[in-house]
Amino acid sequence: MNAQHEKTAAVPFGQRVRDWWNGLNRFQQWGVLIPLVALLYLLPLINPPLLTTEPGTDFQIALFNAARFALIAIGLNVVVGQAGLLDLGYVGFFAVGAYVAALLTSPESPLRWDYPWIAVIPVAMLVTMVSGVLLGTPTLRLRGDYLAIVTLGFGEIVRLLADNVPGLRGNRGFQEVGRPELENAAGLPIFNSTNGTPWYWLTITIIIIVLVFVGNLERSRVGRAWIAIREDEDAAEIMGVPTFKFKLWAFAIGAAIGGLSGVLYAGQIGFVNNQKFDVVTSVLFLAAVVLGGSGNKVGVILGAFVISYLPDRFQEIAEYKYLIFGIALIVLMLFRPQGLLGARQRLLARGRQAYQKLLGKPEQIATESSMLDSKKGVQG
Amino acid sequence: MIQQLGTVLAQDSGSGIGFNVDLLLENFWANTVDGLSYGSIYALMALGYTLVYGVLRLINFAHSEVFIAGAFGIWFTFDALGFKPGPTPSLGTGEIIATLVLAIGVGMIVSGAVAVIVERVAYRPLRKRNAPSLVFLITAIGASFVLQQIFFVWRGGNAEGAIRIIRPTTQFEIFGARVTNVQIIVFLAALVLMFAADTFIKRSRLGRGIRAVAQDPTTATLMGVNRERVIMVTFLIGGLLAGAAALFYVMQIPSGVIYTGGFLLGLKAFTAAVLGGIGNLRGAVLGGLLLGVVENYGQSLFGGQWRDVVAFVLLIVVLMFRPTGILGESLGKARV
Repeated sequence: MNAQHEKTAAVPFGQRVRDWWNGLNRFQQWGVLIPLVALLYLLPLINPPLLTTEPGTDFQIALFNAARFALIAIGLNVVVGQAGLLDLGYVGFFAVGAYVAALLTSPESPLRWDYPWIAVIPVAMLVTMVSGVLLGTPTLRLRGDYLAIVTLGFGEIVRLLADNVPGLRGNRGFQEVGRPELENAAGLPIFNSTNGTPWYWLTITIIIIVLVFVGNLERSRVGRAWIAIREDEDAAEIMGVPTFKFKLWAFAIGAAIGGLSGVLYAGQIGFVNNQKFDVVTSVLFLAAVVLGGSGNKVGVILGAFVISYLPDRFQEIAEYKYLIFGIALIVLMLFRPQGLLGARQRLLARGRQAYQKLLGKPEQIATESSMLDSKKGVQG
Repeated sequence: MIQQLGTVLAQDSGSGIGFNVDLLLENFWANTVDGLSYGSIYALMALGYTLVYGVLRLINFAHSEVFIAGAFGIWFTFDALGFKPGPTPSLGTGEIIATLVLAIGVGMIVSGAVAVIVERVAYRPLRKRNAPSLVFLITAIGASFVLQQIFFVWRGGNAEGAIRIIRPTTQFEIFGARVTNVQIIVFLAALVLMFAADTFIKRSRLGRGIRAVAQDPTTATLMGVNRERVIMVTFLIGGLLAGAAALFYVMQIPSGVIYTGGFLLGLKAFTAAVLGGIGNLRGAVLGGLLLGVVENYGQSLFGGQWRDVVAFVLLIVVLMFRPTGILGESLGKARV
């Protein structure tokens, strides 16, 4: 396929960028990354003219929402992109995180406690991880579409519980959900529901931490096991990968990240009720992952940004947002089924380099991944 | 902490989760009758999911919108015939039959057409490119969004006014459970349609083609089966059944014609298909009826608001023990 590839098409731009990036050494990479990250942090202060969402939506809030979406997409990407488990009920974990935050911090909750806000994060992540394991243990024997429908059912169960368990207060919800208690010099709270900037900074920081963590996981035995499961579960099992264990890991880690973003969401809005956790939201999360490029961390962040930012930026289209997303999904799947940025295959690429060094000729590979499979059809 | 959690869960237990065995036993037969009539709607829709899944290995998420398109078609038929939302008109038997036949015809045509169009526009181009199944699934979700939003843009976010053609009246009682004329019509008509679909798949030439493609698309093509035509017919049958289900739905829940109206029902119907063993026609029927009945028992046992939860918990429990559903996958296999 490689030879044919070179003949028929020039090296695509994305691949060139990727090669260039992989060619840089660690320090050069940091040299590019640090200014980029600094720019990201400064974005709400600069409020660049074309990028701004004002008037209409507050730019800082829009940025926070985009960042929150990106965090969700990174979490879902662990499950869908890395391990290849189709999860249509991811909003369930997001909801669990938001409700744990609300239950622990809202004065309207009988469970309210007096520990600092930061202590909510590990508790919420632990609870969502447990819920991920609870969902995963019975269901991860299922494959593909069966798993998809069961997770969809799980998402609905969580939403219906929020509707119907009296202690969760249904539509009334919880007011005054806790937030970081920092105060500025004048004694006013830094984290409030009108100023998105501190929330955005907090979320970006969390994203960077999560990215480092997830990146390390990806390069570890766990990540290789996930890729093996995604590519061919039976083969992985036969080669001695304990697939069930690693699938459960993916579920639990993905769930914890979803819960974390739920906590941030609940804190910023300051209000949690049963309205925001429907299946459509879940599908939107999945759309972010697929749109950006399932399995590619940079891609899913981009996808999340697009999905969250566009309706804020173009208020006129906000009403038609789902219509446009629907059409965009169909068109994108037709012409670029691997998403805006395709799955990154660095692990495979590294193995391939080693192979080439050893034998002096490229390895013969039939297909790179199930997502890229379709390219054959397009070119051939 | 645990005690506190207990109080949270049990707060004003009037609206909380109940465990009312007496109510279940008392209403057992009423629930069964009710469940069967709801279940036959699930079953008809589940057939559509199961057929498409059997042939394409695709969860056709747009099927719920195919269904609600039929419901819109039926509503507009009623509207065009001069029936207005409000009290049920008193009609003669002949008039009722003529209206219902016309409505079911329109519903089936609309749903069938929408199903075939979705197949043409969204899925066929992907098949030409040999797209992997995740891509199909995302496209199906996209198609579902698009259809739903088209209805939304067209008719807005409010449900169409409820139009009833037949007033539900009790015809006879079984073990103290009242059986209404609407329930009888729905159940019997659904049974006839399901039987017709099963016979078509089992006996007709095209049906044999469908089974062949479900079993092994490549070999079927080599044996001279026109795969594209088979797929189109599969979508068409699914759509026709969904259109019929739409009439029964409008008869039971006249206020349900709204752009999101198909969503939960579609989800339940798919659940029913998976319960019975997706790709298995009889499984879909069994799953649909079972789901309808169990849901109603759950409603009595735990309280009305837990109805949907019961459905999804049942799905998870059944799949835990039988990962391919109660009867297993078998559109292509077995039954010659």
